[in-house]
Amino acid sequence: MPDSSPESFPDFSPRSGSTTPVAPPTILIHLRPRHGLARIDFGELWHYRDLLWFLAVRDIKVRYKQTALGATWAVLQPFATMVVFSVFFGHLAGMSSQIESGIPYPIYTFCALLPWQLFAQAMGASSASLVDSQNLIAKVYFPRLLIPFAAVIGSLVDFAVAFAILLAMMIIYGIPPGGAILTLPLLVAFAVLTALAVGLWLSALSAMYRDFRYTTGFLIQIWLFITPVAYPLSIVPDKWRLLYGLNPMVGVVEGFRWALLGSSAPPVFLLVVSLTVVLTTLISGMLYFRAMERTMADWV
Amino acid sequence: MSDIAIRVEGLGKQYRLGQRASYRRLTESLTDLATAPFRAIRQRIDASVKQGGTREPPDDGTFWALDDVSFEIKQGEVVGIVGRNGAGKSTLLKILSRITEPTKGDVWLHGRVASLLEVGTGFHPELSGRENIFLNGAILGMRRREILQKFDEIVAFSEVEKFLDTPVKHYSSGMYMRLAFSVAAHLEPEILLVDEVLAVGDVQFQRKCLTKINDIGKDGRTVIFVSHNIGAISTLCNKAIFLMNGLIHSQGQTKEIIHEYLTTVDRKNPSSSKLTINDGDKTATISSIEIIDRDNSPVTNLVVDKSFGIAFDFNVIEANANPQPCILLSTTDGIKLFQSICTDNFTAIKQYRAIIWIPENFLNDREYILTCALTSPNPTRIHVSVDTTITVLDNINAPTRGDYKGIMHGVLRPLLNWEVK
Repeated sequence: MPDSSPESFPDFSPRSGSTTPVAPPTILIHLRPRHGLARIDFGELWHYRDLLWFLAVRDIKVRYKQTALGATWAVLQPFATMVVFSVFFGHLAGMSSQIESGIPYPIYTFCALLPWQLFAQAMGASSASLVDSQNLIAKVYFPRLLIPFAAVIGSLVDFAVAFAILLAMMIIYGIPPGGAILTLPLLVAFAVLTALAVGLWLSALSAMYRDFRYTTGFLIQIWLFITPVAYPLSIVPDKWRLLYGLNPMVGVVEGFRWALLGSSAPPVFLLVVSLTVVLTTLISGMLYFRAMERTMADWV
Repeated sequence: MSDIAIRVEGLGKQYRLGQRASYRRLTESLTDLATAPFRAIRQRIDASVKQGGTREPPDDGTFWALDDVSFEIKQGEVVGIVGRNGAGKSTLLKILSRITEPTKGDVWLHGRVASLLEVGTGFHPELSGRENIFLNGAILGMRRREILQKFDEIVAFSEVEKFLDTPVKHYSSGMYMRLAFSVAAHLEPEILLVDEVLAVGDVQFQRKCLTKINDIGKDGRTVIFVSHNIGAISTLCNKAIFLMNGLIHSQGQTKEIIHEYLTTVDRKNPSSSKLTINDGDKTATISSIEIIDRDNSPVTNLVVDKSFGIAFDFNVIEANANPQPCILLSTTDGIKLFQSICTDNFTAIKQYRAIIWIPENFLNDREYILTCALTSPNPTRIHVSVDTTITVLDNINAPTRGDYKGIMHGVLRPLLNWEVK
């Protein structure tokens, strides 16, 4: 409007054949209020799979931008925790002597810290993901499930970096990994699914009620103590094992120790209990998320 | 299937008052839950008392942002949606773009829908232009393959080739905007939703975008265009829908609807001499526009033989941009009469008041569209632009008339000199 020239708007005379007319659309989308449980639209999720990738890549690329240490942070956090645990739990609290297989405490705990950090980071990121993307949610449509999914994927990179350190430590301590290491991808997937299951619930809840933003950090703290990271599973009395096993991370952490250090028998029973818990949480979380998705943009 | 692109039937969207402003606290929901049974009983009692009455706003802290809206849009139509703030335009677009679900009613969309996003939505400032093209394209529903195919075209249209590997946080808002528009325009959706995005940004690119939108319409794609820019709507759209207070006031040919829009007085928000705006960008905002008389007091009735002033109250936020107030006066059928820019320099960060005086015996007795804007001369940028209408009343004793009592023709009625020999 500030230009005074006569052609302030473009020439709209019809053009000859510069463009091709669109074919009649084949897609029909019906929008209406829905109630009750929402179906999970896997076809749509599949269509948007590239977006899942780009969102995950964005998170990874952005995470250590403008940090002096960069990806060193991925190692520093579990490593520093390991040192503190070794001094206080391993040494002062005498946990080292509780480890039956005689594996050095630092590596015993680092081996548990890796899946733990993966879980904690993935759960934290996915829980906060919706609120962090509120701008996007309020402006454009795409399957919102992709947001917590992508947030979880990002944590795998940090895990991979820290894992390389673990392998190096195992070589230094002279503990060669056995064939059980091949089960590791399954255990990693299990840790990620657990994080996702909790993350889905927390992200949808915190989009609606900001109270839940404060619970995540707290929850992770408590959860660390009820998971055998700093101490061996053996100090938990047998009669409490089943209850203890309801915490899916118990199975994952014990599974890691078994796969990498061959420390004890494979925690099959624990993993079966855990799997049930995780799948229940995951499916209910997805359904709750889908139900919230309908009007999420009005809340975030 | 016919050639219908969008069919909307009985669409309604209910919000809780203040819902969009703040999220809920858990305790609130728990209280809600506890009092729900009582509320239901109370509503039933209320309903039986109020039976047959007119549509009162419900008492439970909810309101209908959109209520019982029905329309059909054919393939290839470019439809403008007009309405004042809070009329339900954005809510309608939100439902059509599937951002939120309706509370009642049905929508059938034949084809892929894409919306032109607000500047930089879905862009990550730390990522480069190249990375953002892929991210943004994917957010809009494009596959990686499609983006790759159109990548060169997108870059060429956006004119940011040189900065493709620069993080977009270093882009100017114009560059941001160009890149964002470019990605969306190349999505080739069957239905394109455009919300107010063209209200800001540089004029050159605005023009390019309007051409592109127009091309999209010619392709047989359907475009829904929401804008305060009446000029753009009347040039681009062949049909228009006028929303008022969540209801369709009228729909039909653009020219008639725009006339209707500009001449309809919203009874809920009666016109006054002062228009509160509070709109703008990071550089400058208009807080209000006021029509005043020579004594600086507000006037509601403008008369042909009385001078009046249009007072801009605006804030300069960024010092070196030099935003200048500017008006454009047009007739209600879209003919631009003149434009006037306040050419002073506004370089201090503060609130300014600038008044433009329209002389007496200059306008005719009719309705005009008054566009008030803040623009920067170099580079040319519009920070905010608002359309309103002013109605000038006749005075049978005006000096332009003499003893003549009939119709005075023309869009202007200047008092000119006659030399008699």
